[in-house]
Amino acid sequence: MDPFRAHTGLIAPFPADNVDTDQIIPARFLRKPRDADYPRWLFHDLRFAPDGTAVHDFVLHRPPYDRASILVAGKNFGVGSSREAAVYALLAGGIRCVVASGFGDIFFQNALKNGLVPVRLPEETVLALRAAPPGATATVELEAMVLTGPDGTAHAFAIPGFARDCLLRGVDEIGLTLTSEAEIAAYEARA
Amino acid sequence: MGQTLFQKILDRHTVVARDDGLRLMYVDRHYFHEGSFHAFNILRARGLSLRRPDRTFGFGDHYAPTDSRSVADIADPEVRGIVQTFEANSTAYGATAFRLADPQQGIVHVAAPEMGLTRPGMTIVCGDSHTSTHGALGALAFGIGASEVAHVLATQCIWQSAPRQMRIWFDGSLAPGTSAKDLAIALIAQIGTGGALGHALEFAGPAIAALPMEGRLTLCNMAIEAGARSGIIAPDAITAAFLGTAETWPGLHSDPDAAWDREVAMQADTIGPMATWGTSPEEAVALGAHVPRAAEAPDAARAATWAKSLDYMGLVGGESLADVRVDQVFLGSCTNGRLSDLRAAAEVLRGRRISVPMRVSPGSSATKRAAEAEGLDRIFAEAGADWRDSGCSMCVGTNGETVAPGMRCASTSNRNFVGRQGRGARTHLVSPASAAAAAVTGRLVAAGVL
Ligand code: SF4
Repeated sequence: MDPFRAHTGLIAPFPADNVDTDQIIPARFLRKPRDADYPRWLFHDLRFAPDGTAVHDFVLHRPPYDRASILVAGKNFGVGSSREAAVYALLAGGIRCVVASGFGDIFFQNALKNGLVPVRLPEETVLALRAAPPGATATVELEAMVLTGPDGTAHAFAIPGFARDCLLRGVDEIGLTLTSEAEIAAYEARA
Repeated sequence: MGQTLFQKILDRHTVVARDDGLRLMYVDRHYFHEGSFHAFNILRARGLSLRRPDRTFGFGDHYAPTDSRSVADIADPEVRGIVQTFEANSTAYGATAFRLADPQQGIVHVAAPEMGLTRPGMTIVCGDSHTSTHGALGALAFGIGASEVAHVLATQCIWQSAPRQMRIWFDGSLAPGTSAKDLAIALIAQIGTGGALGHALEFAGPAIAALPMEGRLTLCNMAIEAGARSGIIAPDAITAAFLGTAETWPGLHSDPDAAWDREVAMQADTIGPMATWGTSPEEAVALGAHVPRAAEAPDAARAATWAKSLDYMGLVGGESLADVRVDQVFLGSCTNGRLSDLRAAAEVLRGRRISVPMRVSPGSSATKRAAEAEGLDRIFAEAGADWRDSGCSMCVGTNGETVAPGMRCASTSNRNFVGRQGRGARTHLVSPASAAAAAVTGRLVAAGVL
């Protein structure tokens, strides 16, 4: 995993609550390998008509949002199925950060494990960011856990310490956990 | 101060406790399925081995065809490839796997409790959000993502911080004709799909104490639809009877003085058969009621959401559910694919004919055999229903068994999301008895009105 320290990118508004992971990547694409076609599965059924043509007014198809890397949604983003493919699809589509007032618990963990930063902010702040003019940018700084909006206002968010350390250093948890091998073996011996 | 059941099990399984509250939790049972292939890819890429094959069990369910038990018969090469990869990974890493042709094959959340793998006090994870189901037996069980699956494969542990604790108290007793599925839908309609986000749920109260194990499994299964990663019920005599053991679990319950971050009380007697009308499990009303109009929503944001849901569902709002015509019915899934579910539906179908197509997929191969032993398959067949093999089938359609665009399906599964049963498919979540009633009448009615 590449380290994540800070990221500045274009904001795309995604005005929907309870976006479930079936919307982010429909079930029939879960069997797909993570290859060059993967970006296509992101929000596939919202972005493409049944005949395969692009839905032009879908936000990520409209300039400048087609270059967006910070998605600003609503409440409870990423609920439902545990499919980590939802995170893979967002990353494949160029998204590095999702801002919402709440996240599905499993999605939140999956995001952190793959370098997609889930930024939880109060609902008013999310709505204000969503109303930013086209082309507006924001900056996410992971170490300080601050998102700076287009108007220069800094918004604090929280990421659990262990996951943040892993992201900042670009290491995954497996390697770190294996350094606790003695403790795991001791637990197994007494359990 | 006392502890909750969740906290007690977590404490017993803590391998390392960090200062920031994060714990390395030991995993007693790790279940996987065909969709876990990403995790095996991670393991392979890292050159890691499977730490505890004896604690790792695979279930062929998500991509299982329900008209054949032979992998070679799977027509879609991608689906066949996924099933072959699952079976090859199981062999390569030495994990026990219940493959397509195995007599113990079934949906992980039906088969594992049924064969006694899930037991009180255990920690259980699986790369599937409905792992909450196993909490019905007093296990601490939750769904995880692919990176976490890889982590558990390699270390048999998972990092976990204690979630907030929430208790749902079901007072009174279940009214006749009401099932655990109706309790679950009624709860979610009340607290919302985000109602338990960040919390671990415990279900308790007189209605839960009296609820048979299969109903408890249904209820805990739906905990995730309320936003909770887990749902748990303290083990008791019903648990012991289900497991066929004389064991008791004296300490395995929440202490009377345990602190709850949130408590919700529901009156079971007031809950009747329910159905969803929209595209979220919280968009639900009692059968017999009318579909709400968007204008009746409590706030402007909800009105916009409801309008979108109604539009997708091909409803205008204001119509009576009893006038909503369904095109087909699905009975099965990890929510309602158990023997008591099949019995409840068969009871309604006995001596009747269905008027719209109905597919029945038992939750496990063992359930299928048990149902056939008592003649349920004949009742379904005589009513005109399609009696199939076990798998996730039309709950999610990953095996290719989907609902066609624009078609309306009364389904005993757990998610009525946009496109869940297939692109453009319209899902109404109901109980098994209500699904059978829908198959007979072609409309959304409770079995009691037949
Ligand atoms: S039956 Fe449906 S919800 Fe249950 S495990 Fe299978 S796909 Fe998931």
